[in-house]
Amino acid sequence: MTMTVELQAPAAAATPQTASRPWLTRLARPLLGLLLPLSLALAWELAVRAGWSNGRLVPPPSKVFTTIAELAQSGELTRHITMTLSRVGIGFGLGVAAGTLLGGICGYWGLARRLVDPTIQALRAIPSIAWVPLFILWLGIFETSKVALIAVGVFFPVYLGLTGAILSVDRKIVEVGRVFRLSGPAMIRRILLPAVLPAYVVALRVGLGLGWMFVVAAEFMGASEGLGYLLIDGQQLGKPAQIVAAIVIFAIIGKATDWLLEIATAPLLRWQDSFARQSGAA
Amino acid sequence: MLQLASVTKVYPNGVHALERFSSEIQLGEIIAIIGGSGCGKSTLLRAIAGLDRASAGTVTLDGEAISAPHAKVGIIFQEPRLLPWLSVADNIGFGLSELPAAERRERVAKALARVGLADKAKVWPRELSGGQAQRVAIARALVAQPEVLLLDEPFSALDAFTRKDLQDHLLDLWADTRPTLVLVTHDVEEAVVLADRVLVMRPHPGRLFEEITINLSRPRDRNAPLFEQFKRHVLTALDRSLDRTVPDTQGRREPGGGLWW
Ligand SMILES: Nc1ncnc2c1ncn2[C@@H]1O[C@H](COP(=O)(O)OP(=O)(O)O)[C@@H](O)[C@H]1O
Ligand SMILES: [Mg+2]
Repeated sequence: MTMTVELQAPAAAATPQTASRPWLTRLARPLLGLLLPLSLALAWELAVRAGWSNGRLVPPPSKVFTTIAELAQSGELTRHITMTLSRVGIGFGLGVAAGTLLGGICGYWGLARRLVDPTIQALRAIPSIAWVPLFILWLGIFETSKVALIAVGVFFPVYLGLTGAILSVDRKIVEVGRVFRLSGPAMIRRILLPAVLPAYVVALRVGLGLGWMFVVAAEFMGASEGLGYLLIDGQQLGKPAQIVAAIVIFAIIGKATDWLLEIATAPLLRWQDSFARQSGAA
Repeated sequence: MLQLASVTKVYPNGVHALERFSSEIQLGEIIAIIGGSGCGKSTLLRAIAGLDRASAGTVTLDGEAISAPHAKVGIIFQEPRLLPWLSVADNIGFGLSELPAAERRERVAKALARVGLADKAKVWPRELSGGQAQRVAIARALVAQPEVLLLDEPFSALDAFTRKDLQDHLLDLWADTRPTLVLVTHDVEEAVVLADRVLVMRPHPGRLFEEITINLSRPRDRNAPLFEQFKRHVLTALDRSLDRTVPDTQGRREPGGGLWW
């Protein structure tokens, strides 16, 4: 008797809890993450209002928002964002295309890997920014050299992620394909591609992050438009609020594009164990 | 008929895994291969499956030499090896891609029901228990209607209860179309419960040591005295195979010819 009572009590208690929990975690996770930056911003705002600091070098949030609003009203903001986005978009596209093509070939075909991979590994050791002077000489100071720099930044993580993923495909799963006598193309399509996909998506996201890093560098090297230009312009004219505004917008758009990539690839990865996502929430 | 003629395998690293293994296996027979670890059981099975080539000797099925995976030969490994990105139903239908979709769906549904997992069709493999996953692997192999089904320690990763359950279930499924089964195991009871013939192997190099015919009618009662006797007999053969002082005995023991003394 006592045993059944003991067994039932926690089970009964757990039922309503599990029902309300998804709601709780879905709300609480982003809120918890926002707590620290928001309270810091609020504290700074209050400190400036109270006159403890003049806020000239570190503008209070209200000033940053006013700056953003002004830039938005004049239509300048849209122009800069569009410019930066298109540079990242084209550079990312080219980098992904090259990284996927070479990564796929070198991952699948041992001879190509032995032939090409050492060179790519050597090139990888060069800090990508070091290419800038050469790119400017070769491709001019306008769009082409900027896009090329971003593409180089995106290329390496995609290439490395894809070759690594192909090489680590479980031999035992490949054997299942052999038992069912799949042809070469069928083996690629039905076994290798799906097996490689999760690591490839991670590589794309790393590549996109690097794309955003390199667009700033690219726009530092003499641009008249773009969020990077806003940064330089703010520095040269002594407008810290404009710099912080550009940084905030970088953060928002960078995060949004990463999120879009995650959303777009999620249906392809539904089969994966959601352990990582769940434990991230806990 | 499956014919193994002096199948020999020397791996590139010099390991002599299999030495002149010969046997003839009739269609519909259930063969258990038992032996110490490293005596070439998996090597033999992979040669029959056409996954690895023998260094010498031949494997022929109905007179046709096997040197690559064959449509009439299926294999089940110790791990289920399900494709994690396919649902249970799509895993079972994996080898049927040449069939029209409607027929494929029908055969998959039948196979699912046959292994008792009709309600799991749309589930991902990671949501299955070990026993359920192995059932799916069995269904995936059987749905292709192989003439020979090879099983490499298919139940050894499962708990005792699930193992016994799946042994009975395998016999059930075998009775449907009566393919040839070649089962590698290190479980004596499993060998005696399932097999018509038990082939005992010995290592260094891997070779056939003794052949024991289990002439018990099915279904077999695991508690019958005769069952116990067969078990003890296989166990003794296994012990002798690992005893280096015992010379190779060639040839088979007929039932009654030394069983129950
Ligand atoms: N791919 C391989 N390369 C080299 N040696 C191997 C390979 N596979 C198995 N062996 C060796 O061959 C022998 C037989 O192996 P295996 O057939 O797996 O034995 P069992 O399945 O009976 O345990 C062992 O000594 C093992 O180490
Ligand atoms: Mg083995």
